[in-house]
Amino acid sequence: MYSKGTKRKFSGSADTATDDKAMAASYSLQRQSLLDMSLIKLQLCHMLVEPNLCRSVLIANTVRQIQEEMTHDGSWQVVTEAFSSPSHGPSDRLVATEVLCRSPVLEQQGGGPKLYSVMGYNGCREEEVVTDKALCSVAVGDGAPALLLGTIGHCWDRAELRVAEVEAGVSEDSLSGSGDEEETRCREGTKLATGQVFGMFEIKNSPPGSDPALEELFSDVDASYYDLDTMLTGIQSTPKMGPYDLLDSLASSHGPTSNSTCRADLNELDHIMEIIVGS
Amino acid sequence: MLKYTFKGVGGGNDFQWCFSQVKGAIDEDVAEADIISTVEFNYSGELLATGDKGGRVVIFQREQESKNRPHSRGEYNVYSTFQSHEPEFDYLKSLEIEEKINKIRWLPQQNAAHSLLSTNDKTIKLWKISERDKRAEGYNLKDEDGRLRDPFRITSLRVPVLMPMDLMVEASPRRIFANAHTYHINSISVNSDHETYLSADDLRINLWHLEITDRSFNIVDIKPANMEELTEVITAAECHPHQCNVFVYSSSKGTIRLCDMRAAALCDRQSKFFEEPEDPSSRSFFSEIISSISDVKFSHSGRYMMTRDYLSVKVWDLNMENRPVETYQVHEYLRSKLCSLYENDCIFDKFECCWNGSDSAIMTGSYNNFFRMFDRNTRRDITLEASRENSKPRAVLKPRKVSTGGKRKKDEISVDSLDFNKKILHTAWHPKENVIAVAATNNLYIFQDKIN
Repeated sequence: MYSKGTKRKFSGSADTATDDKAMAASYSLQRQSLLDMSLIKLQLCHMLVEPNLCRSVLIANTVRQIQEEMTHDGSWQVVTEAFSSPSHGPSDRLVATEVLCRSPVLEQQGGGPKLYSVMGYNGCREEEVVTDKALCSVAVGDGAPALLLGTIGHCWDRAELRVAEVEAGVSEDSLSGSGDEEETRCREGTKLATGQVFGMFEIKNSPPGSDPALEELFSDVDASYYDLDTMLTGIQSTPKMGPYDLLDSLASSHGPTSNSTCRADLNELDHIMEIIVGS
Repeated sequence: MLKYTFKGVGGGNDFQWCFSQVKGAIDEDVAEADIISTVEFNYSGELLATGDKGGRVVIFQREQESKNRPHSRGEYNVYSTFQSHEPEFDYLKSLEIEEKINKIRWLPQQNAAHSLLSTNDKTIKLWKISERDKRAEGYNLKDEDGRLRDPFRITSLRVPVLMPMDLMVEASPRRIFANAHTYHINSISVNSDHETYLSADDLRINLWHLEITDRSFNIVDIKPANMEELTEVITAAECHPHQCNVFVYSSSKGTIRLCDMRAAALCDRQSKFFEEPEDPSSRSFFSEIISSISDVKFSHSGRYMMTRDYLSVKVWDLNMENRPVETYQVHEYLRSKLCSLYENDCIFDKFECCWNGSDSAIMTGSYNNFFRMFDRNTRRDITLEASRENSKPRAVLKPRKVSTGGKRKKDEISVDSLDFNKKILHTAWHPKENVIAVAATNNLYIFQDKIN
């Protein structure tokens, strides 16, 4: 299906410039796709059993690598800048947080971050894009500052996080014992997963202009509602500011090459979810 | 040091592997609990232990070779089955602790009983397996049914006699080594002093005394002060076969550290550091993941060690740290499929590897129920398949081949047809003979060399 990875070749023809651009576009698409896949993998840790630490560390390292390269390329700036305008959420929050912080209530009220995560869609791109020889050989720049994953380590400290949540009274209906233990555990696990993501993707130094209203909104969000499935499908069905708006804003500011392919495709999203849930 | 010579393995001229036995259900529907998670021969090769995801241990014993059937080397039959670990619930963390047996290691036999260590993610247990084939009869103070006799009625005394009974094999847990690991235990290894053993989890390695269960010494700790800085975990550890002060541990970044316990109480600084420099031309986002070492095994001689990463097996000379002395490609054709394998999580599969008794050959598993053997002397390699189709008694195993180019020859299988759900992660080689045990999901295959 896929041939052995090869380096990009210099074609030397008149179409070189277009070829390079196309290849670069294809490469950054695939890279973004890999990033999204990795983020999903990190979030979908098994709820009942402690996640495999080795696997999580390897995925996190992969995400870091991609982010470093994107920072080097300047394409990371595109993503963070897109969130920096006043009507949008705190700029330093990683895209994934936006998805998971959203609640239907907020959407209806028109409050909260209006942007839809790039992840929501990139996750549903056509599958061919994901694997390609370009992706299998990469040059990672060194010396890139690590913006990302300031607290990805929170993912590891599952135990502490759980204890903290219990103390904070987040899971008020958790260890009640009676009733359906399984269901309780599932809900708890879901809360934890989102708690993890909160912790995971929050950059340590929150920007001075971070939205206090936003913080307040998140503080009493009922995390038990959050189920990755619901959230992602929620995005698809009731967009306030649709995915296309985000793309337009990106297009107008920088003209990156990934626009045209960032169209939401519900079928692709379902397919991705199937893979994830099935695995 | 005894040297065993074999005619040659892995495709040698007059050497062939034959099917011997297969254990386990034939059912297409595999119960998760029946999936074999570890396989290990004991020191003599007489016993073969398997652990499964359901927390059970099954021990097979080799029949004595009988004169009636000289052509069949002793077969392995079930000797003992017991539930080693049960699922547990960690109430503090609200997490389940799986009962899956991660590793079994035999202890050297010191008396008539056999002992082994088995571990799940959190707790190690020492099991004693003993035989009982006699029972006493003719007690004075009680009847045959066990009812107590009235002592005043006893008029004469007799000496109880030992009468033979049907062989009963009992397994009893003699030691439970618990509460020493915060993270998941991936390895246990018995030391050559036969008194201590080490257990390794993702971030720490502990040294235990076999007699003492209430404490262990922490000898390696790579947990960073700030967990956010965690980028590397311990993936496997093993004690040196002869030097009781030496052990090695491998990491998710493809490095191996050899430590000397005499140097310091906490062996955070290694004595030797083994790492092969990366080939810049093959660098990709998956480079680190595929370099992660899933298994490390010392050779029987103690001069070499072998490591398994996702695509290859490497043999290292303990005296040379900067690169391995031998590298064998297990399934290089998967290199262009890494993204798919990352997507379906197969890239995180942990394959084990093993040496033969004379250290002249090594074996490891692959997908599609294939397993590979490499002869270190002739540099030949062979791919064989563990499948029910090739399971006629003493049927010679036909070498398999995966076609990598465009043209697929007859009998070759294309990369896209490989079944990635059929993975051979666990294999074991008899310490003295050419007998191998291969775990294929819920089935255990035993192959032997053909007797000419």
